[in-house]
Amino acid sequence: MASEEPLFDPSLKKRKKKTVAFSEDPLGADADPTTPAPAEIDNVATNGDAVDMGPTTVHEQMKQNEAAGEDSEKKEEDDLKAMFGDLKKKKKKKEIPLDLGEDNSGTSTPVPAAASEDLDFSDLKKKKKKSSKKAALDLEAFEKELQEAKAQDAAEDEGEEGAVPEADEGELGDDPFARAGETGVSLDSGSEPWLGSDRDYTYEELLHRFYAQLHASNPTLLTSAGKRYTIAPPQIMREGNKKTIFANVSDICKRMHRQPEHVIQYMFAEMGTTGSVDGSGRLVIKGRFQQKQIEHVLRRYIVEYVTCKTCKSPDTILTKENRIFFMSCESCGSRRSVNPIKTGFQAQVGRRSKNKTG
Amino acid sequence: MSVQNLNTFDPFADEGDPLGSTQDVGSQQNYIHIRIQQRNGRKTLTTLQGLPKEYDLKKLLKAFKKEFACNGTLVDDEEAGQVIQLQGDQRLKISNFLVEEGIPKASIKVHGF
Repeated sequence: MASEEPLFDPSLKKRKKKTVAFSEDPLGADADPTTPAPAEIDNVATNGDAVDMGPTTVHEQMKQNEAAGEDSEKKEEDDLKAMFGDLKKKKKKKEIPLDLGEDNSGTSTPVPAAASEDLDFSDLKKKKKKSSKKAALDLEAFEKELQEAKAQDAAEDEGEEGAVPEADEGELGDDPFARAGETGVSLDSGSEPWLGSDRDYTYEELLHRFYAQLHASNPTLLTSAGKRYTIAPPQIMREGNKKTIFANVSDICKRMHRQPEHVIQYMFAEMGTTGSVDGSGRLVIKGRFQQKQIEHVLRRYIVEYVTCKTCKSPDTILTKENRIFFMSCESCGSRRSVNPIKTGFQAQVGRRSKNKTG
Repeated sequence: MSVQNLNTFDPFADEGDPLGSTQDVGSQQNYIHIRIQQRNGRKTLTTLQGLPKEYDLKKLLKAFKKEFACNGTLVDDEEAGQVIQLQGDQRLKISNFLVEEGIPKASIKVHGF
């Protein structure tokens, strides 16, 4: 033991580091509340066409999407998946690539099938807002657009920032892609559709704006989220005949953001055995255990001490107050006490002569 | 019929230490614990702890032994009280047995790997 303890101390320091990493986590936790919303954005983006475009029915929308081709279909599928799959992180992950895809499609694809006229019109509305922003002359832009509307030349490339003059608009056909791209770009570039007009901005538009700016300013919000649910499988080795080594216990504790002692204490209590931590941070458990068994115990630990009972989020902190452990959730803010780890009754196993008390 | 809203309630009344009076705050006092312990080789030992007082452990043990075809004993522990020990891994069987006898499943905790 004497040899082990000094070696164990570094791991104590490590633990402190881990708590620091834990405090990083609030970032991830902060990310959590935002997660559901991006899905909304996506939905709105698909619907958003319709919303911005004005009087399109759902049916028209569908048509439009069909015309839009595989990209948008894929996007919708992804949306559905994201919606049905409960994993919020997935939604997040998917969101960005989708936007990019939209942008690409908006810029690269030339002119597919022309859309219906009313779509053109609504499109013009949008164009007006944007272009007016660029030109700062509402009337001119509006007139131009009116002419274009008559000419059935839908402008599509308004999404492509101020670099594209309005004269170009006539050349480009009406393109659902462009519209999709436009919304995407409008999200990215932060050019708000209401700037040119007198109308009030809607809640959804403001929401778009908020998330666009949020993700533009800290892109890590979207990428850092996914890894939290995955925990590496425990690496189990046999040492000699009656001892088991649990090699990546510290890694797993780090992933769960729990003190290794707490985890180890729980494991020992659950498995009714004892053990120690060796020099390289591995856990030596007395008794023969298989990976499956350890995993099972870890799973129960996570259910009981890591995931929030209210919102199921693993972003929780375990603190000790008055000899009682409290688990406070980082994402929903709930706080509850957790059961203390109790070993319970331990039967006399093995020779009595080995046991001091027996 | 009494109107609850009109009851006088002093929100600042001193309730004392909220944790002082109840010593088993956050403890699993009502649970029935079924645990497993490894013995030498493939052998294991199952312990049943925390049964309510109204059950006669001796008769229960007898029923267990007959039902699960294993040996067992009743152990007195100063902390845990009377504990049933059975040979082999009988956790699921015990839990099923108790549930069938009308003990709520939520109050049974199966530990172990």
